[in-house]
Amino acid sequence: MKEEFKLSYIIKEGIRDMFYIWKEELKNVFKDDGVMIFFFLVPLAYPVLYSFIYNNEVVHEAKMAVVDQCDSPLSREFTRRVDASSEVQVVNQVGDMAQAKHLVDSKEAFGILYIPSDFSKDLHAGRQATVSLYSDMSALLYYKAFLLTATEVSLDMGAEWTARNHPQSTEQLQAITVRPIPSESVVLYNPQNGFASFLVPAILILVIQQTLILGIGMAGGTAREKNRFRSLVPITKHFHGTLRIVLGKSLAYLLLYVVVCIWVLILVPRFFSLPQIGNPSDLLLFLLPYLLACIFFSITLSGFVRDREAPMLLFVFTSVILVFISGISWPMYSVPPFWKAVGYIFPSTPGIQGFVSINSMGATLNEAAHFYQVLWIQTGIYFLTACLVYRYQIITCRKRLIRQYQALKKRR
Amino acid sequence: MTLQDFIQRVARIARRETIRIMSRPLYLFGMVLAPVISLVFFLSLMHEGLPTNLPIAVVDQDNTTTSRTLIRQLDAFEQTRVVMQTYSFAEARQEMQKGKVYGIFYIPENFEQEAVTGKQPKLSYYTNGSYLIAGSLLFRDMKTISVLANASVGLQTGTAKGMTEEAIMGQLQPIVIDTHAIGNPWLNYSVYLNNTILPGVLQLVIFMITVFSIGTEIKQGSAREWLYMGNNSLFVSLIGKLLPQTILFTLMGGLLCATLYGFNAFPLHSGWMPMLAAMFLLVIASQAVGVFMIGVLPTLRLGLSFACLFGMISFSIVGFSYPLPAMDPTLQALGRLFPLRHYFLIYVDQALNGRSLFYTWSEYVWLIGFLILPFLIGKNLKRALLYLKYIP
Repeated sequence: MKEEFKLSYIIKEGIRDMFYIWKEELKNVFKDDGVMIFFFLVPLAYPVLYSFIYNNEVVHEAKMAVVDQCDSPLSREFTRRVDASSEVQVVNQVGDMAQAKHLVDSKEAFGILYIPSDFSKDLHAGRQATVSLYSDMSALLYYKAFLLTATEVSLDMGAEWTARNHPQSTEQLQAITVRPIPSESVVLYNPQNGFASFLVPAILILVIQQTLILGIGMAGGTAREKNRFRSLVPITKHFHGTLRIVLGKSLAYLLLYVVVCIWVLILVPRFFSLPQIGNPSDLLLFLLPYLLACIFFSITLSGFVRDREAPMLLFVFTSVILVFISGISWPMYSVPPFWKAVGYIFPSTPGIQGFVSINSMGATLNEAAHFYQVLWIQTGIYFLTACLVYRYQIITCRKRLIRQYQALKKRR
Repeated sequence: MTLQDFIQRVARIARRETIRIMSRPLYLFGMVLAPVISLVFFLSLMHEGLPTNLPIAVVDQDNTTTSRTLIRQLDAFEQTRVVMQTYSFAEARQEMQKGKVYGIFYIPENFEQEAVTGKQPKLSYYTNGSYLIAGSLLFRDMKTISVLANASVGLQTGTAKGMTEEAIMGQLQPIVIDTHAIGNPWLNYSVYLNNTILPGVLQLVIFMITVFSIGTEIKQGSAREWLYMGNNSLFVSLIGKLLPQTILFTLMGGLLCATLYGFNAFPLHSGWMPMLAAMFLLVIASQAVGVFMIGVLPTLRLGLSFACLFGMISFSIVGFSYPLPAMDPTLQALGRLFPLRHYFLIYVDQALNGRSLFYTWSEYVWLIGFLILPFLIGKNLKRALLYLKYIP
């Protein structure tokens, strides 16, 4: 048997080639400013930018106009308390609704609190008094801030009013008259109920997938543009095995993205004090199949990219869709079955849900098992498809080479 | 150059551009397919308006008729579905961490007995803040049911004392808030989000296609030929090149408006004209920004990256999900630089609220103002078109 057909030789050569390809790929990345943008600049800047945008978490001091037609001590007290809350600020008190509407139309206020003239009279007569709230719906968070604050003030003032008017013998009895069944609400995993803690973790995970797709797609496009046969594989002896190419390249990307992940998923959340209560080892174990799945997925996609700029036109717009398909903003239970199935094509879907479970909600790997399994299945499938892509490239490349060789021979 | 000459040249370049667009599937993918996919996706995703039947767990440690009635009432809410009943809070919390439920409603032991005897048993409800939309909707339902439980017990004791219902309610809840969500009383998320997301996708592809179509001229070395057709005037050449795109994008924008306001009958208090005009201005303003981008960074990959990043950021900075005035002051100033921001403000004033144009005209002017951008960068772009050699 010839030495080069021995398994041990093939493996040895394969590993040597793999590391050669790994080194080549790393060199290519650092030489290419387009790829560098997506591998480093975007992962570096985007998470910071997004955290900065949403950093205030909740709406503070949403501007509100008040129409107080009652103008009694009670109505003024109501307005004062609404103004005193951190979410709402009373910017103006006007005489009638037309003036208040003008304030909202010219964006000097985003909501109107209307206290009718019989507010005080109703209360004194022991009837329910009604306060009307009008909210501009350009941003739901304003509506939420107004509604929660007004409700809170109405409940507190109401309880005090009842207590004053119906004095009971003991404090206990007093409480029962006012609130026979008290209740409390607790927001878990996002103490401020804020926007950054909710959306940014999903964006962070998505940034990793999208930059890999764009970066690897671009690198693939460049390889084709430089190649004589517009093929992904160069014609050198190191590139004649599928496995060594896929593994060598993946290893290069994995190495780069370990660094990127440390920045995106550990340091940025720390700087902006986003939720980060996961067990580090669980998180690491979870991120491994996520990165692998993303890398193999991107390599597969790069097989379909003809030139280096195409990935941006093809894939960038999907980011918006992927945020919503991931189940983080629009609840997974309300995603139509077809889109749910489409969502499972992308590593970001289980990636985001699993990451949020572990990182923001402190789930163990066991509790996130479903997402973890899906990621490993994706890793397996996309590894095979990535191999197929390169197998096909190698074969077509060889065929072309042979054809050209024969054509040359004939001419001679 | 006479007017006739101008028109002839523009027509010739436009024809050349149309052929370029038709011969590369990538153009049609970006210009037609990407916006259409997004349109179908977002409208079908949110066709219910509000997510319904969100799963919650109930921890019922009381297990009496009262507690079971409470659970049944909670389940009857449109947004809430009780998918799990358990005695152990730990178990419910675990389901929450798995992402299987978004809320937990907790009924303590001896709830019924204590409620009847006036011992003030406490109801607790937990929502998952990592899922903000689901969490807020469930918060609303669970809060309502708690207030109702409070009222029903109050009514029972009150009636026993011989009070009228009016008097009891006046005692239990002396002040009620009557809420009006102007323009979107259903709190429909599809109305709320898609009116901005979909034009945002359009803006993104306009940025990219504009940059791409000019950048490829440099990359393929055909820029001089293109300029020559326009008598070496960048103005003529650009008009000819962008015109077919403007027409196609305006048609896409029209399709968008037709789907939102016609097919889906979303609020359109202003009538069609203000919104169609805004859409057209969004298209040409975005094209102008695209020209500016490739003028600043005349290398295709860099210009295109700029377009992608700027286009993606606009979804956040436009402030339809998290309001711009709540952001850092620097960002508030930056927001002005995005055509989508002005389109959004027009939409809020016109379609959503039907306000007088008096409040909105400045936003239209802003959109027109973006058309100055290509003139600022024209010199740089022309130099690039004439002399820049594409280095891969």
